Amino acid sequence: MVGALYGAFESGLIYALMALGVYLTFRVLDFPDLTVDGSFVTGGAVSAIMIVNGSDPFLATLLGGVAGFLAGCVTGLLHTKGNINPLLAGILMMTALYSINLRIMDMPNIPLLNQSTIFTKIEAWWNSLQLDEILMKPFTALGISDYAPRTFLVIVSMVVFVIIIKFVMDWLLQTEAGLALRATGDNIRMVRSLSANTNRYIVMGLGLSNGLVAISGALIAQYNGFADVNLGIGMIVVGLASVIIGEGLFGTKKIARTTLAVILGAIAYRIIIALALRVDFVDASDMKLITAVIVVAALVIPHWWKQVKENNRRHTKKRQLHQNGKGENTHA
Amino acid sequence: MLNLKQLEKVFYEGTPDEKKALQGVDLTLNEGDFVTVIGSNGAGKSTLLNIIAGVLFPDFGAITIDDKDVTFIPEQKRSKWIGRVFQDPMAGTAPNMTIEENLALALGRTKKRSFLRGVNAKRREEFQDLLSSIDIGLEDRLNTKVGLLSGGERQALSLVMATFTKPRILLLDEHTAALDPARAELITNITKDIVKKHQLTTLMVTHQMDQAIELGNRLFMMDAGQIIFDADEKQKKDLTVEQLIEEFQKIRGKQFTNDRAMLSV
Ligand SMILES: Nc1ncnc2c1ncn2[C@@H]1O[C@H](COP(=O)(O)OP(=O)(O)O)[C@@H](O)[C@H]1O
Ligand SMILES: [Mg+2]
Repeated sequence: MVGALYGAFESGLIYALMALGVYLTFRVLDFPDLTVDGSFVTGGAVSAIMIVNGSDPFLATLLGGVAGFLAGCVTGLLHTKGNINPLLAGILMMTALYSINLRIMDMPNIPLLNQSTIFTKIEAWWNSLQLDEILMKPFTALGISDYAPRTFLVIVSMVVFVIIIKFVMDWLLQTEAGLALRATGDNIRMVRSLSANTNRYIVMGLGLSNGLVAISGALIAQYNGFADVNLGIGMIVVGLASVIIGEGLFGTKKIARTTLAVILGAIAYRIIIALALRVDFVDASDMKLITAVIVVAALVIPHWWKQVKENNRRHTKKRQLHQNGKGENTHA
Repeated sequence: MLNLKQLEKVFYEGTPDEKKALQGVDLTLNEGDFVTVIGSNGAGKSTLLNIIAGVLFPDFGAITIDDKDVTFIPEQKRSKWIGRVFQDPMAGTAPNMTIEENLALALGRTKKRSFLRGVNAKRREEFQDLLSSIDIGLEDRLNTKVGLLSGGERQALSLVMATFTKPRILLLDEHTAALDPARAELITNITKDIVKKHQLTTLMVTHQMDQAIELGNRLFMMDAGQIIFDADEKQKKDLTVEQLIEEFQKIRGKQFTNDRAMLSV
């Protein structure tokens, strides 16, 4: 049980990169980009094929990200230059990427067991630092060493990496170019009247988003020990679930707060799924249904809750008015 | 400095819905001209402004700004020289961004947008001074999201954003029409101040005839895609609303029809 939760936490951190990408398109650019289902796999495919051919896993991951970036740019061009509606542009790209990913991989599944991945590379270095022993101490001191993870390697390295990406993104969205990017999703007509090339911002935004998604896909492939051409199916809904859960639980006041919320949302989503899978009659194949239900619930419940509160408020007001009215009558 | 030659624009050409929005518009604005534009609904005022701004391209004719042919330069490039405020208060600002972020965005009109922080301490101070000058309290709310402002406040901010980088031409399309009378007057006064302060060459469409007479140094009357009356500074001084309506009837041989025109005398 505890092991499953650590696993959820680790993969949640890696999927957080994908969720940040989805946040960038859906929320910042207001562009519902479905390329994600394809570009996530593209990241995994490129990195896996490079790794099995002996490339450095860091380089392989980076190039996986570049491939995702290019895929996102193509979606952006389909929309801006080809005048294709955003949803359709994403679907077209996602469909095309399925074939392209198979071409890259040359088979539907590439195992990465016994290969040198980012995680095996870090492990060697990590063990030499003997950090696990230090981090383990509080657990042994409290006598709960059974509840400690096998290693802190993935958690620590991914926390560091995700936080770096988060800060870069926060900073980027506050720059002059970043403001124009955000405004493109907020009031595109105004941005044009302020001499900014909105097409360029849309293409760049989609590129960056899918670059993040692909890096996430590359890391997941190495974490899981395989790349699979079908792993991306429904990924966009997972990303949306993470964004919505995060925003709902942790708020959206400022950019920095929202990006943190999205990261925590991705982790929360994995933990919810891990817990759901503990329930006896739930199969792993039910995961997509559960995800869809989570998204629907997260969209519907706040709306519904607001209505209930509004009704209650009106009701109380009415009662107060009624009582006041009575009071006046007795006075007279 | 702004020169329009024989501009023509037809929508849905060759269909039963064909609309001749502009039919040969010639005009020359001199540096510092403040022109008010009136005309019946559908006269082509907005189309004219959209063509000057590059939102639409003309079917025929040419536009030069400072002797540079800009007829087919796209909007986002041309807006380097052109500031605009729209009728809809929602149109000129980004609602989910703060006041200071919106202002920083407007700074990018004249210079390339960089990867440096959009709002820094120095700029924040400048923005504060800038907003103090219009004196409606926005200077204390730099961190407020613009979506929380009232229509009048948003329109005032739009006006500041459109002008503080000193565009060559300012285009105002009924920018007070969506506001209540008190707010409309406030925005009109701010407009007057800003145009005067920066000596902006301005084209302002309005449906209030008295306002059109009061403001600016020239007045255009448009009808059916043409400028049918052009009053210069001297003529405009003694102009009255009645005279304007008379003038229209004389030229067009029909009643001035504009259900929105306010003949407040
Ligand atoms: N984008 C457009 N598509 C089709 N017809 C348009 C468009 N814009 C304006 N028109 C038509 O052109 C004519 C002039 O419109 P417009 O310039 O908006 O007038 P005004 O601003 O003076 O009221 C009208 O007949 C209008 O219906
Ligand atoms: Mg109009």
